[in-house]
Amino acid sequence: MSSSAAAHPAHENQLSFVRQYIFSLDHKVIGKQYLFLGMFMALAGGLLAYLLRWQLAWPESAVPGMSWIPEPTMFQGIIPPEFYNAIVTMHGTIMVFFVAMPILLGAFGNFLVPLMVGAPDMAFPRLNMMSFWTIFTAAMIMLASFFVPGGAASAGWTGYPPLSADAVYTGVNWGITLWILGLALEFASFLMGGINFLTTVVSMRAPGLKMMRLPLMVWMQIVAAVIFMLSVGPLIAGAVLLLLDRTVGTSFYAVQKGGDPLLWQHLFWFFGHPEVYVVLLPGIGAVLEVLPVFSRKPIFGYKAIVYSTIAAGFLSFIVWAHHMFVSGMDFDLVMPFSITTILISVPFTIILLAMIATLWKGAIRLATPMLFALGTLMVFIVGGLTGIFLGSASADIYLHDTYFVVAHFHYTLISAVFFGGFTAMYYWFPKMFGRLMNETWGKIHFALTLVCFNLVFIPLFKAGLGGEMRRLYNPFEYDFLKPHQGLHQFATIAAILLMIAQLPFLVNFFWSMFKGKVADRNPWQANTLEWAAPSPPPHGNFDTAPSVYHGPYVYSAPERKEDWQPQHQPH
Amino acid sequence: MFDWFPQNISTFGGDIDSVFWLIFYIVGAGFILGEAVIIYCAIRYRRKAGRRAAFITGEKMSELAWVMVPAAIVLILDFGIEFAGGEAWSKVKGETPASDIKVIVTGKQFNWNFTYPGPDGTFGTDDDLLLENELHVPVRKVVDITIKSEDVLHSFFVPVMRLKQDAIPGRSIPAWFEATATGQYEIGCAELCGYGHYTMRGFLFVHTAEDYAKWIQERWPPAAPSADSTNVVQL
Repeated sequence: MSSSAAAHPAHENQLSFVRQYIFSLDHKVIGKQYLFLGMFMALAGGLLAYLLRWQLAWPESAVPGMSWIPEPTMFQGIIPPEFYNAIVTMHGTIMVFFVAMPILLGAFGNFLVPLMVGAPDMAFPRLNMMSFWTIFTAAMIMLASFFVPGGAASAGWTGYPPLSADAVYTGVNWGITLWILGLALEFASFLMGGINFLTTVVSMRAPGLKMMRLPLMVWMQIVAAVIFMLSVGPLIAGAVLLLLDRTVGTSFYAVQKGGDPLLWQHLFWFFGHPEVYVVLLPGIGAVLEVLPVFSRKPIFGYKAIVYSTIAAGFLSFIVWAHHMFVSGMDFDLVMPFSITTILISVPFTIILLAMIATLWKGAIRLATPMLFALGTLMVFIVGGLTGIFLGSASADIYLHDTYFVVAHFHYTLISAVFFGGFTAMYYWFPKMFGRLMNETWGKIHFALTLVCFNLVFIPLFKAGLGGEMRRLYNPFEYDFLKPHQGLHQFATIAAILLMIAQLPFLVNFFWSMFKGKVADRNPWQANTLEWAAPSPPPHGNFDTAPSVYHGPYVYSAPERKEDWQPQHQPH
Repeated sequence: MFDWFPQNISTFGGDIDSVFWLIFYIVGAGFILGEAVIIYCAIRYRRKAGRRAAFITGEKMSELAWVMVPAAIVLILDFGIEFAGGEAWSKVKGETPASDIKVIVTGKQFNWNFTYPGPDGTFGTDDDLLLENELHVPVRKVVDITIKSEDVLHSFFVPVMRLKQDAIPGRSIPAWFEATATGQYEIGCAELCGYGHYTMRGFLFVHTAEDYAKWIQERWPPAAPSADSTNVVQL
């Protein structure tokens, strides 16, 4: 490994364009590839969100600007019910598996893990390249599935059989088969990625970088990788069974021949719940890095955070059936799962309070990364607290599969993916691209995003409490839901504004990449090792291999004049 | 305090609603405290020239107590919520109380079919009655329902009853409710079941005892050879 890393700088100028930017072995280039793939897929997922929001506000009317989509997908801009189900299915699938995971784990994990542990690259650069091109293929399969006869998968992102197991129920044949294949490839990609992250952290840390001196972002990435690798196996098995049911007519999930539809739900959620933490933890990790730097204070309770994260990761494996309280599963299993679910609030209370305590008596600078970090906390609190309602089995009888659930998981996932992702983006942009992003536009982006996001999802909590079910093509077929149309129109206008509010970011991002103020190595005066490398770091990362002498968060130590102490500086 | 839910007309709906409100006040307090402290810190501890941040690592037990004590309180509240919630859960989803009124609910893309056993009280006989998307019950009587599906998953959802139960092909899942008010209410499907999911709407008719008896009379006229009047009254 070290010999190939040493050879990197000499090779750099000789590499062809293709080897340097397309089939690159450099973890930083691969990280950026994940980033751009994730951003591109976010456009696709966002377009789907626009379509479904429009349908919910003004059902069966032409969606502005969408009349170019041909029949039978849409009819002069009007969404038919079959396509609506495909929209909600693919919006969820794309956002979770092709936006959240590529950006938070693929992009930031790849870019940061080797830099933060002081390594020249990932442990397995070729495997790293392969994991990117595997998810790229998976993403293309997902997008292609919109164009096959019958359209894309329409059985919900959870793909419950029998609906997903036989084309007679949905009219979608190839769409769901491609959906399973795309997901299987995506899982394979992140399995390879997870192995790489773990091996890199275990075997390539700089001298002196003990596990308990790792930046918390690295802890979050490896806990996420472990959770993912341990949970995905059952789902891959489940997906293969589903594929066999669809293609060769086996009967793992069809009752007529002895199968059981509930089997899928157990396998899916055994993965599905830990998966929430897989995307949540790296987002929280970004916030954990930003809070000490912009408060000039050590993170409060480093060890308590690490142990709580591991505890939450462990608990995430024994809560899956809280998605199934009213599924008809064993009555006696419900309360144990309800209790484990609600117990997750304890480690997350510790993590959240440790984050808030980090602010206490700090010297806080509200730069854009810090604003997004605080925004993540404020939004995540709502997501976490509303989860208690759903974790309580009896309250869940009423709330299950209503818009309350939709609002709840958008608060948890958007806090981690969107706010956490932007925290990471604004904070590490100078390291990734060697230039600073514009602060004023960053703050405008933050303010608009925070306001619009809440305006989209607060009305959906209210719709859910009013009993509105999810995934209804036209909810106003129900008399008791007719009064909800105003809520949906409000949410839709806010959603359109939220999308427009991302334009300042996109302009800022691309403008700063080429025209932004040139950043020095350490524009935020942060301690962790990535800031010891040049901005952007060359192939091979560090000019001299760093050694580590401190924990990552020694800020404002009384015996020092400066209020920071880089990990690689002895005194 | 807030008028967020649909009307409740079931005997156990109030139990579910009070679990909701119990959680609401607990997490509401947590929400206000959490957000307030974040905003307070962000304003109060803004960076100023000449003031240095305090060096607090939170590794000492005396410091960590600020996190651990609230976490312990959360743990206690968690068990309180689960204790209250567990009772409501057993009441709603536990043993069905004894009942004379039995109905089989069958989900089928995209209808709710309701099967009544008829005067003989037995399903699968000639006097069974199948109604599409109409469930007729008397007020103040326990209704024993069995939920089935013919094709894919559905979820039998009666918002005013606070009752929701998935229907699974190949399974007969028991459920029950007792209505406390007469009237006509909507029944929905809460599990994505295909392109017509949004049209899978039924109606619940809760009758007074007299109206229900009249409804039974119309459906199964006493003159019919297989029925005898005592069974009708039982029904």
